[in-house]
Amino acid sequence: MNRDDEMSGTANAVAANAVADARAARSAELTSLNDDYTAKYGFHDPEDYFLKAPKGLNHEVVEMISRKKNEPDWMRAVRHAALDTFRAKPMPRWGDTEGLNGIDFENIHYYIKPQGEQASDWNDVPEQIKKTFDRLGIPEAERKFLAGVTAQYESEVVYHSIREDLTKLGVIFMDMDSALREHPEIVRKWFGKIIPTNDNKFSALNTAVWSGGSFIYVPKGVKVDIPLQAYFRINAENMGQFERTLIIADEDSSVHYIEGCTAPTYSSDSLHSAVVELVAMDRAHIRYTTIQNWSTNVYNLVTKRAHAHTDAVVEWVDGNLGSKLTMKYPAIVLLGERAHGEVLSIAFAGNGQHQDAGAKMTHAAPNTTSRIVSKSISKGKGRSSYRGLVKVNRGAHGCKTSVECDALLIGEHAVSDTYPTMDVAESDVRVEHEARVSKVGEEQLFYLQSRGLDPDKARLMIVNGFIEPFVKELPMEYAVELNRLIELEMEGSVG
Amino acid sequence: MSDQLLSPDHPSVVFACRGVQVYVKDGDTEKQIVRGVDLTVRRGEKHALMGPNGSGKSTLAAALMGHPSYRVEGDIWLNGERVDALEPHMRARRGMFLSFQYPVAVPGVTVANFLRASLAARRGTEIPVRAFRQELNAAFATMSIDPSFITRYLNDGFSGGEKKKLEILQMLLLKPAFSLLDETDSGLDIDALKIVSDGINLASGPDNGLLLVTHYQRILNHVQPDVVHVFMNGHLVRTGGMELVTALEERGYDWLAEEAAIPEGSRA
Repeated sequence: MNRDDEMSGTANAVAANAVADARAARSAELTSLNDDYTAKYGFHDPEDYFLKAPKGLNHEVVEMISRKKNEPDWMRAVRHAALDTFRAKPMPRWGDTEGLNGIDFENIHYYIKPQGEQASDWNDVPEQIKKTFDRLGIPEAERKFLAGVTAQYESEVVYHSIREDLTKLGVIFMDMDSALREHPEIVRKWFGKIIPTNDNKFSALNTAVWSGGSFIYVPKGVKVDIPLQAYFRINAENMGQFERTLIIADEDSSVHYIEGCTAPTYSSDSLHSAVVELVAMDRAHIRYTTIQNWSTNVYNLVTKRAHAHTDAVVEWVDGNLGSKLTMKYPAIVLLGERAHGEVLSIAFAGNGQHQDAGAKMTHAAPNTTSRIVSKSISKGKGRSSYRGLVKVNRGAHGCKTSVECDALLIGEHAVSDTYPTMDVAESDVRVEHEARVSKVGEEQLFYLQSRGLDPDKARLMIVNGFIEPFVKELPMEYAVELNRLIELEMEGSVG
Repeated sequence: MSDQLLSPDHPSVVFACRGVQVYVKDGDTEKQIVRGVDLTVRRGEKHALMGPNGSGKSTLAAALMGHPSYRVEGDIWLNGERVDALEPHMRARRGMFLSFQYPVAVPGVTVANFLRASLAARRGTEIPVRAFRQELNAAFATMSIDPSFITRYLNDGFSGGEKKKLEILQMLLLKPAFSLLDETDSGLDIDALKIVSDGINLASGPDNGLLLVTHYQRILNHVQPDVVHVFMNGHLVRTGGMELVTALEERGYDWLAEEAAIPEGSRA
């Protein structure tokens, strides 16, 4: 029901351009990322891989990936069928279709296996990879405030750990490949059930070549009190990373999962195309937090969808920095009565970047409620778009939904546009929609400057204030990191 | 009037300007708002700048602080140093302060974070959290602002009176050498006017000076000015003492306009 081919008709019909002239900014050239990203995240390791598939995509590559992983026949069959679907499907029309045409699918490595086996002791991680994650602060974060961690490097998870007490309670947290081996019955039951292969071209691509990603199962009644985390790192040039994540929160359980992503700065493009499926059973609570900071040569095309059953709560907290083009619309299907869905997102588009992000909310049961809060910042020649769908199905009486889009523009050439779509089949429904576009105003700047703050600091303060409602939803360490990332993006400010 | 003979960099002078003209963009051309203003404020002095609504008093105040919308000609001196080429934040760090008629809101930025950053900028050093807290609590008590405002977003959803109190609270904390107070009395009820006036008096001392821009005499009964200027048609048309305030209260502005031979259409 969430098929993008079906929706694009409505989207185009209802699309409203809040700020015109988006096209003008499209001519903006991709500029090299600022030096600070390069210093902190943009480094890359010398390539030393156990296995690197040749560029390009065909059935041999798919067969090779599946054989290397010793997968059961059903999964291999799913992959091959998905490749055919991928080839047959046109580019999605929901989103920046034009931007997608820049992807050269034949110039991508679809599978790269690093040296070494997956480690559960940090000391066993290969030296070079360990250094990478050390530099990114991962082990430190784990010690401080996480209940479990997986770290994925290229196609494979290289490190994994989970707190022992959680294992005893029956919580399963591992990479997707291991889950397919160790818990085949759960994986087979849910894999591709929330996001079918043919949902869109990129979900088909992911299904054909997926590798890594997280698998979480939280048993009935178990509350995981501190977050589980995964960290995704692309190292090689022209790499495609296709992780696959599946989270199942059984009745009355709760879990908070956080993922972070970075990649080095290369001159040619990489592709990140994940599929994330969540299931919140009756009265379960899932919060899924993403902070991604891809370098500006990465196409970031992710399909995320959750099913929320009776009285369940699902929250997507989604921070999008970096990348060349991001298209991401976390979706929630409210299947059970009184289920609640929230999507809270920020996007930061710098020079030459397009952040096309939003949310899709489907009210499929009575008395369900939802809230979408989208904040975007466009700087220099950056463009950010809010693209959202709120759908209330026939029979879904008494629903409430609110959508709030805030755009902040920095400089004369920054662009923001909004494409909200409402498709409401019932009349006793409360729908609120609010959209605002503001500029970092001269009066605000002058006010802060008249108190001694220099213009860069003043601008940063205004931007940090703007994203504050988002930042305060993050665990402290992430809030600090996000503020730091924003500071890097703001340096040398107005374009 | 003999003050005008004092050199602008004389040690007893805290603030001075000479020949200040202010232009604002008006379509493709420029419109002149201020046509040549000289001011000399000695340490310990309070000056009032009065004038009819729309005469450009606020423009002059903002322009002296360095507002980017205006082109300013003339010399501006602070503590014996030329500041007219400096950006607003550099003027602020040297001790200039502008209390806004309409302080802008900055959502998401707490009053505490904002004040800590401005204090650090003014003093050139970070202030330890504990010391800052104590200073802040004392200032909030002085200005009778509920401490809950410390964690609220700057001017966001504040009433007019709350905004003005917070402006003067900033004056108390930043300890400026010279303050421009733009219509600080507008929109205040009697109680708030008393608190704001007391705050201004408390912030004033023998070493600093201020220029109080106002349309009405009411605040001048609380903050007694040493020198009163009347500003019309881009000029200071008259300078005197409190007796000038009384005369304006009784007779309005028109007689001064006639004396200064300002045509009726340009008196605003």
